[in-house]
Amino acid sequence: MKKYWHVINIGLQNTLVYRVNFLFRSVFGLIPLMATIYLWRAIYAGKQSDDVAGYTLAGMTSYYLLVTLVDMLTAVNEDDWQIAGEIREGNLNQFLLKPIDYLTYRLCLFGAGRLIYTVVALGPVLIFILVQRKFFVLPPDAATFGLFVLSVGMTALLQFFMSYTMALLAFWVLEVSTFIFILFAFEYIAGGHLFPLDILPPVLAKILYFTPFPYQLFFPVGIYLGRVRGDELWQGLAIQAAWVIGFYLLGRFVWSRGVRKYTAFGG
Amino acid sequence: MKVESPKQALENVVDQRLTDTNAVSSSSALRRYFSIYTTLWRNSIVREMSFKMNFILWIFVELLWFALQLAFMVVIYQHTNRIATWTKWEVVMLLGASHLIQQIFSAIFLTNIVQLSEFIRTGKLDFMLLLPVNTRFLISFRQVDLGGFVNAASAIAVMIYAGRQLHLSPSAAQVMGFVLLAASSVLVHYSLMLIVASTSFWTVRAQGIVWGYYNLFNIARLPDAAFRGFFKVFFTLVLPMLLVANVPVKLLAQKLSSPLEMLLLLCLSLVCFAVSEGVWRFSLRRYTSASS
Repeated sequence: MKKYWHVINIGLQNTLVYRVNFLFRSVFGLIPLMATIYLWRAIYAGKQSDDVAGYTLAGMTSYYLLVTLVDMLTAVNEDDWQIAGEIREGNLNQFLLKPIDYLTYRLCLFGAGRLIYTVVALGPVLIFILVQRKFFVLPPDAATFGLFVLSVGMTALLQFFMSYTMALLAFWVLEVSTFIFILFAFEYIAGGHLFPLDILPPVLAKILYFTPFPYQLFFPVGIYLGRVRGDELWQGLAIQAAWVIGFYLLGRFVWSRGVRKYTAFGG
Repeated sequence: MKVESPKQALENVVDQRLTDTNAVSSSSALRRYFSIYTTLWRNSIVREMSFKMNFILWIFVELLWFALQLAFMVVIYQHTNRIATWTKWEVVMLLGASHLIQQIFSAIFLTNIVQLSEFIRTGKLDFMLLLPVNTRFLISFRQVDLGGFVNAASAIAVMIYAGRQLHLSPSAAQVMGFVLLAASSVLVHYSLMLIVASTSFWTVRAQGIVWGYYNLFNIARLPDAAFRGFFKVFFTLVLPMLLVANVPVKLLAQKLSSPLEMLLLLCLSLVCFAVSEGVWRFSLRRYTSASS
């Protein structure tokens, strides 16, 4: 176990190098966020009532602010590119020779990376939320907030395991970036980056809830805003946990198949 | 022959390259640059065709993202009839136009500009300074990304469909105007992105900033009337993102509040280009190569 603490430590130091880069990224990221908020304000201004599919303007604004927060805490940054790169360029050799579990190793680096990113990005994001505080709602009660935190944790794991599995495709194909972008596109729309999934026609939303995508982002935000409640909430948490375990096992399986194909190219 | 220090030699080369620019104006030089560009095109086609599968997959990725933007607007218009003054099909047309402009920009310039910081970091820019062509021409046009043109076609198809839904029958003058305005929009993106990429002469890792600029394309596809205050002024006059796709579409959809909007876009595109030329020349003099 101790060796993985070292990995986390190294991960922290390595990502600290990119702190300015992270700061730029989080500040630039606020511009499209601002634009989306303006867009919704214009939509609400053109309507008679303060209601779109059960969202008030404040609820809608909070949705996008929370998406930014959860994304900051859980999004896979460059881990998938790095894993694919290590496979392609043969750098995986050193891990195969050491008594270290690659998935755990990668998970530690992912955690360290997210920690640094959050520390750097939290400043600009909090200032932004403060400016928008009129439109920022708090969770209905402490229990809801607790479940939100639990769900965010599972979201991070799900994000990681999905990206990990995807990156392992590099064992079979030379260029995985297109596949990563295709997966990202689905995540972007079916995960709730663009709009809250419960403004979709109910049938469509119901079907989506069985795919892994909503649990990569929308679900914890839905809990926070009190949009997911009662039985739906427990059922959702169960499905989320199932997807986390499912992708963990799939990642392990794909790894064991992939390593057999691995040719240690370039050494 | 006088012995130069490496630094002097580099400065002389940069000076020469910068004065070469003047030669572009004569017609024989134009013909020469045209033939160089034809060769660059041929090289790009050969390169793309050696990775056919990848070429097709990238087109698919871009199509998917375009479809996603359209889906977003379709979902929004399930819940409202207008965004400020914009109706559904007008916004679809706007998405089409901004995608068209973005794809043409990507096809001609994007890869080249993103690579600039890499050339500076590794010192490969040396080789380009030594070639007897205008260096800005070379770093701007080195590669063509053919997939961009395929995706531009899909954008045009969406625009035509939206135009039909709006019962538009644009005159030849309107279409010409659209092409001219779209071209100046591409010029805006190109100039601004070159300015951003020129920071590579100062910081080693400018690629992040270049991709940061790419974020701004997200604003260009939103209807201008939704924005207010400082945000609107900034993204109209300083970084004209709210003009680049909006104005050409407003011309086609007859939504222009005054012809001055077109004039503003045309003027700003020329201003952006002039500023980028100034920044480029100023930055290039800072170039110290990598290994010396």
